Amino acid sequence: MAEYLVLIYENEAEWAGADQGVFDEVMKAHNDFGSTHHAALRGGNALQPAGTATSIRGTRTDSVTVTDGPFAETKETLGGYYLIEAPDLDAAIEIAKAVPAKFGGVEVRPVRVFD
Amino acid sequence: MRVTRDLDLAEECAQDAFARALTAWPADGVPDRPGAWLTTVARRRALDVLRREAALRRALPLLVVDEVESQVVEPQVVEEDAIADDRLRLVFTCAHPALNPDARVALTLRLLCGLTTAEIAKAFLVAEATMAARLTRAKKKIAVARIPYRVPDAAQLPERLDAVLTVVHLLFTVGHTAPSGPDLIRADLVERALDLARMLRQLLPADPEVAGLLALLELTHARRLTRTDDSGRLLLLDEQDRSRWDRRAIDAATPLVRESLRARPPGRFALQAAIAAVHAEAASYADTDWREIVALYGVLLARWPSPVVALNRAVAIGLADGPAAGLAELEPLGREPALATYAYLPAARADFLRRLGRYDEAAAAYAEAALMTDNDVERAFLHRRYDEVRAASQ
Repeated sequence: MAEYLVLIYENEAEWAGADQGVFDEVMKAHNDFGSTHHAALRGGNALQPAGTATSIRGTRTDSVTVTDGPFAETKETLGGYYLIEAPDLDAAIEIAKAVPAKFGGVEVRPVRVFD
Repeated sequence: MRVTRDLDLAEECAQDAFARALTAWPADGVPDRPGAWLTTVARRRALDVLRREAALRRALPLLVVDEVESQVVEPQVVEEDAIADDRLRLVFTCAHPALNPDARVALTLRLLCGLTTAEIAKAFLVAEATMAARLTRAKKKIAVARIPYRVPDAAQLPERLDAVLTVVHLLFTVGHTAPSGPDLIRADLVERALDLARMLRQLLPADPEVAGLLALLELTHARRLTRTDDSGRLLLLDEQDRSRWDRRAIDAATPLVRESLRARPPGRFALQAAIAAVHAEAASYADTDWREIVALYGVLLARWPSPVVALNRAVAIGLADGPAAGLAELEPLGREPALATYAYLPAARADFLRRLGRYDEAAAAYAEAALMTDNDVERAFLHRRYDEVRAASQ
């Protein structure tokens, strides 16, 4: 088994324009996902919008810079994640296909293991 | 793969098997099942290497599992089944949609056909270091992301098989009309694509799209001797000597076309094979059933919309209903961004304009098409036509 981080990237502008109905629909989809795949789920969270992010470069050096905003400015921003466990990439992709991402998509990244 | 569990070793063994084939086949003749032969040799070599390593490092756990050890001494049938399983698994790994499309083709050539990195680099006109880096990245992703060596289950199979067939088709297409260079055909790539398509047919004998792809490649390949004249000039379908088409290949492919078309609805390779079969069946260019071809392209376009299919359909309409009708069909395609640098669009327009006697416009279109191709044989053809229509307009 291996762990995979499923990163949810969505267009925040579309979320900002969405009404309560859309929000409820997506919350229900997340609850459904959670109950269907609870055996594989190792964790997960929704994140506050990218505007609340702070980026810090040059950590552990003498020239640390702290700037407002996410690391990369793109149309789709990281809005949440699930940590899942799966035997291989095909199995991880099958689970990722069930993750709600109404205004974007998801990225699957294997979690690195140090021996 | 189950034997070695290590991609680099498998790669080395595949290459070794290929090198042995190059020396053994000219002497002993090509075996009935070259694909199986290659894997048998590769497997024995892997076992040799692994046994040696095991002997050297007795302290480490044995790399070869008992099940595989026992298979080696069992009858040939068992071994061939196991080989088929291994190759099929490897095909799906190499063409996995999580890999970069270029890397899928390169990995397939490396691991299934045993080509060297240098040979693959040459085929794709990139530096060997670039190709080596591309292969390394892909192999690393297979290992790190755990892309499995497994035949996908029934639910995933159609989509994943389509990715496999696309790799083989792309390989054939690149070989059939080389994107650039002095030769029209890259015979090495065409042969590898045919080997892979035949191998897939053995491994998945019941799949209609596999039958369709093999039929399409065999039917297209059957015209190979007639695509250029003795001096290497390009000959179009209407100029080709049909008596030199490979009748045995056509006769062998025809039942495959019928078989592939039994799927409801028929897949995209089945439809393309059916189009190739209409050409193969026509006794002469004038006898070609263009209406049937227009209809088949129509079905293809409805289910797999693509500007290139639309272009082919427009050309077929021009041949069925006359050049003016063809020109009208081509007109909207000129606004298609995907065709902006596609030489066959101005070449098709030039041909219809030439048939309509609009020589000045035809000359301009031939000149435009010639600028868009990097294949020397195709460019020479377009320049020849350009000179003809210029002469006719004087």
